[in-house]
Amino acid sequence: MECTVIAETSGNSIHPITAQLVGAASSLGATPIVVVPGGAGAEEAASIDGVSKVISVVGDCFSTFDSGAWASAIASQCSGVVIAGATPIGREVASRVAAKKGIPIIQDATDLATGITITRPIYSGKAVETSTVSGDCVITLRANAFDAAGSDGSASVNVVNQSADISIAVKEAISKASERLDVSEADIIISGGRGIGQKENFSHLEEVADIIGAAVGASRAVVDEWGMPHSMQVGQTGKTVTPSLYIAVGISGAIQHLAGMRSSKYIVAINKDPDAPIFGVADYGIVATWEEAVPALKSALTAL
Amino acid sequence: MNFKTTTLRSLKFIDGMPVEGTLKGNHMTIAVLLKQVPDTTAKISVNGGRVDENAVSKWSFSPYDEYALEAALQLKESAGGEIVAITAGPARCEKLLRDAAAVGADTLVHISAENFNEFDSTQVQNLLAAAVQKSSASVIFCGKQAADTNAGSTGPGVAELIGASCVTLVSEVSSDGGGYTATRPSSAGHEKVAVSAPCVFAFDKGVSEMRRPNVRGIMMAKKKPIETWTVGDLGVDIGANGVNIDSHSPPAEKPPGQKFEGAESVSTVVSKLRDEANVI
Repeated sequence: MECTVIAETSGNSIHPITAQLVGAASSLGATPIVVVPGGAGAEEAASIDGVSKVISVVGDCFSTFDSGAWASAIASQCSGVVIAGATPIGREVASRVAAKKGIPIIQDATDLATGITITRPIYSGKAVETSTVSGDCVITLRANAFDAAGSDGSASVNVVNQSADISIAVKEAISKASERLDVSEADIIISGGRGIGQKENFSHLEEVADIIGAAVGASRAVVDEWGMPHSMQVGQTGKTVTPSLYIAVGISGAIQHLAGMRSSKYIVAINKDPDAPIFGVADYGIVATWEEAVPALKSALTAL
Repeated sequence: MNFKTTTLRSLKFIDGMPVEGTLKGNHMTIAVLLKQVPDTTAKISVNGGRVDENAVSKWSFSPYDEYALEAALQLKESAGGEIVAITAGPARCEKLLRDAAAVGADTLVHISAENFNEFDSTQVQNLLAAAVQKSSASVIFCGKQAADTNAGSTGPGVAELIGASCVTLVSEVSSDGGGYTATRPSSAGHEKVAVSAPCVFAFDKGVSEMRRPNVRGIMMAKKKPIETWTVGDLGVDIGANGVNIDSHSPPAEKPPGQKFEGAESVSTVVSKLRDEANVI
């Protein structure tokens, strides 16, 4: 099966999801070509197991994110079944590549089987859809849902110079209010909800986060009512996250919040209400007040 | 594209003193793509291998579409122009268009397609792109993704088909009469980007919630005509469906977790996270 993986880059290197995309392609029996938009980390991509060739597409257009320009520059390198990451950039570029080629796109797949049969959550995880595609198509894959390929490969790297007209100009960069890890990038997230009483109490969650290298998230209620940054919001109108560990503190577990975090690998819930819906999705539930549980968590983690 | 911008000179008064200002007579047409989805609080049940739409207790705007519509209303208020609300789907979607009219959408377009849910992304985008072109809009606002499929293909896909720029995850858009400035996230935080029509803005959570309609708006909306466009009216060959939906199913039940009482159990849970789950 002819297959192309569009690599996800992060600064000057390859984003870890790229090895997961290759792993998924391999599970379908493909030895994919990996296209690296902008060329950052192309050598690293060549070391992923199961890659037939890396095409590093370099051009001026890759200095600004413009999905139209990026798709124009890389589309001719993408053939067969095209696989990208279901990240903000991956989804957008993949959509334009699909539209340019006139082939369907299926976003946010969590499982693939030969055929190709694609499984994806719909209605924010309240149902699951399986569909079959027989021709060429574009599929984006959810982060952490597929096993990553190893890193003992040694594929060749072809550099292609190809740019395209940019139609988006950056006028002003506004830096982040904090240097904290973003919830969509983190492997561990500790989130707070209305149950922690007030905005200032997030400092206690930040202290826990600092011990274990976690990001700090929030429920919609506190983002709206306490003016926390929207970038912290986990849930249906915020971010959908799939970390290895999600710790929910003082979050009751509204259906919209669950939609954003229920596919985390392990979920710990701390809530004083034993009937809170969050316990329905928790692997480890602790019925306790946050005032008692968070300091205990801090000391237990420090003692590790 | 019918895209005209005329700037008229006028006089404004500040503290009784006339100052020079501009009055924009902007004939910009903004298309807002709206999707009706089960309300985010609604239960989803599966019947016969498909999500049972008859069991959905409440249908609403997809949440990000509301931010797009509100931002379009604000852009119209500051820069002039006209808003065309476009939706595609079965007859129930007319309610959505009335709701959009009640807060200020000028023209309502219903792309009538009963089997819309079975269309693949190419077919959906071909329909919407044809409707956008028929509406003469040069600026398109939509949500970053719909709350049913959560895909996010439509904005960039339609942009590709009509040869437009696309800015996604937008929280704010303004116009200086010529081009547009949009705020979007960047790796460093946020950035303001400049872009010209034709362009698509796909909204993340915006700066303000969608306004509530007033009584006058609701009354006006009841009388507003809805233009119904069929696939035939749009004169577009949407092509064959390339994706066959095999089935819908409820999410896999998670095995019940372990529950502990009191803060003294925290250290037990932390040990389990290390030894059982291997995540810390």
